[in-house]
Amino acid sequence: MVRELADERIAPRAAEIDATAEFPWDLKELLAKQDLIGIAFPARFGGTELDNIGQAIVAEEIARADATTSLIVIVQKLGALPIMVAGSEEQQARYFPRLASGEWMAAFGLTEASAGSDVAGIRMRATRDGDDYLLSGSKRFITHGSIANLVTVFAMTEPAAGRKGLSAFIVETDTPGFSAPRVEHKMGIRGSPTAELHFDEVRVPAANRIGEEGEGFAIAMSTLDRSRLSIAAQAVGIAQGATDFAVSYAAQREQFGERVADMEGIQFMLADMASGIEAARQLTYAAAAAVDADAPDLAYWTSSAKLIAGDMAMRVTTDAVQVLGGYGYVTEYPVERMMRDAKITQLYEGTQQVQRLIVARQLLRRAGVSRPSR
Amino acid sequence: MTISLKIVVCIKQVPATTAAKRYTADMRLDRAAAEAVINPLDEYAIEQALRLQESGAVESVGYVSMGPDQAGEALRRALAMGGDDATLVTDPALAGADAWATARVLAAALDKLAPDVALMGMASDDARGSLVPGAVAALRGVPLLSYGSELRIEGAAARVRRLTADGFDIVEAPMPVVASVTDQVGEPRYASLKGIMAAKRKPMETWSLADIGLSADDLHGAALTRVVEARKPEAKPPTERVEGVGADEAVTRIADWLAARKLI
Repeated sequence: MVRELADERIAPRAAEIDATAEFPWDLKELLAKQDLIGIAFPARFGGTELDNIGQAIVAEEIARADATTSLIVIVQKLGALPIMVAGSEEQQARYFPRLASGEWMAAFGLTEASAGSDVAGIRMRATRDGDDYLLSGSKRFITHGSIANLVTVFAMTEPAAGRKGLSAFIVETDTPGFSAPRVEHKMGIRGSPTAELHFDEVRVPAANRIGEEGEGFAIAMSTLDRSRLSIAAQAVGIAQGATDFAVSYAAQREQFGERVADMEGIQFMLADMASGIEAARQLTYAAAAAVDADAPDLAYWTSSAKLIAGDMAMRVTTDAVQVLGGYGYVTEYPVERMMRDAKITQLYEGTQQVQRLIVARQLLRRAGVSRPSR
Repeated sequence: MTISLKIVVCIKQVPATTAAKRYTADMRLDRAAAEAVINPLDEYAIEQALRLQESGAVESVGYVSMGPDQAGEALRRALAMGGDDATLVTDPALAGADAWATARVLAAALDKLAPDVALMGMASDDARGSLVPGAVAALRGVPLLSYGSELRIEGAAARVRRLTADGFDIVEAPMPVVASVTDQVGEPRYASLKGIMAAKRKPMETWSLADIGLSADDLHGAALTRVVEARKPEAKPPTERVEGVGADEAVTRIADWLAARKLI
């Protein structure tokens, strides 16, 4: 069903979404109607509650047609994950039905201009004011930040305590003081608005604090350890889309009196592309199983999967452009878009370098030689 | 009076339109070799039935298919789009069934299911005989409302709107009826994820020939007709091009070409 939908309804829109950099509201409605926007949400709140392998397959199949559209499903989960991992039953009951149905969109507000993976560098403040908190500061690079109805935001309640002073909040974006003044101009995933968010004494009730004060860092890490899996799946999908196109192109294109697909040099490239995808896909499924099992070392699996899948997607989409030759470089064919889209999978939700640090830390922990925490 | 009308949509599982097709030695389509789908024209019948159910015009929608075990997948897919229950009629004696045998089996199954409207697509994508709706209506002795671009329920009657060369006819008959619809009824929906999950729990019965009161003898070896040959359409001759000559010469050559075929 997802593949049919992706082939018939999403793929034909992909080039236009990329060219106009407009968010595909029609496809968001379609995904909502087909119950795909709520795949990660519990059934008791109106979601479809697929396991993580099922979610990975959905993300992959949509990304195969269009990376931007796959983010509609992926970010809906990312934005809600802090509430899934640490939110109260009351918070889940209050927000999940609207998110699972697609009536509301969610975003995840962690990154700031000067604090990406260095979460302890966050400057945004949350000051207690009676039964509320007042949030002030800015976020940057927030996927769907300008179109979300709800943002899970991370702010310092005790700046002197570093990462231990970080807390998480649910912010409804129609709250006075919230604004999304600017979206980025990007190389890829162009239909997906990446926004700068401003908070000018945004009043958030204490009932919207996720977990306790000071738990923000743990919640953010716990979220990213799980959400990275979606990026691995997205990378696999982008690469599969590029490879499918390259194979069909090579089978039609004739040079020197034979099909390009019959040339060994092209065959070797296609074989490397396909086997690379398959390896990354199997690792992604293994990581999904680790998340389903809530394995203590799930970060090792999800970081490995995103690392391998993101690098694979960049390599495979670059090779797909190469298989098409000059035609691969022009916007008439989809592979150049896929190559631009692939790059983001090496960057967001932690760069590939950060993934390596996470994998290495897990390795050292397993060996019982991890560095004492500072 | 409480309205509790029932539509049963007859579904055929066919090889995907784009799938490569192979024939077995006895000139039967090798159905296991090709990806199988719901006959695309039947999807319009499903859509029409589900719209009538959603509007409250009918209470229940069921499906019936005659085919091998794997045709159960087509029924499950239909149930994922909507509807309540499904029946698969399968029997080793039905292998190679032609339109006549199919119609006899469907008529017998429909006698047992007793729907107010037995709804079908206007043709199947593989055989394209368009014979079954009429044959089923004749065998059951009920009216046929064929080629509807829309089906409506009007009291105790069913009514189709049928496009004609210069407009449309409205044809009505008292239920029960057999009706067939075209691709004008509206685009078939995609199954939703919850629909797919719900379909697994909807009832599906499997009936043999005996269950519908028929025997292999009744069907005369499942077919009155026999396919003697199947071949691909002959390739068109390559396009002749007139290139690299002056306009006058080109005009002369094209005129000669047309004249040689008595077109001018």
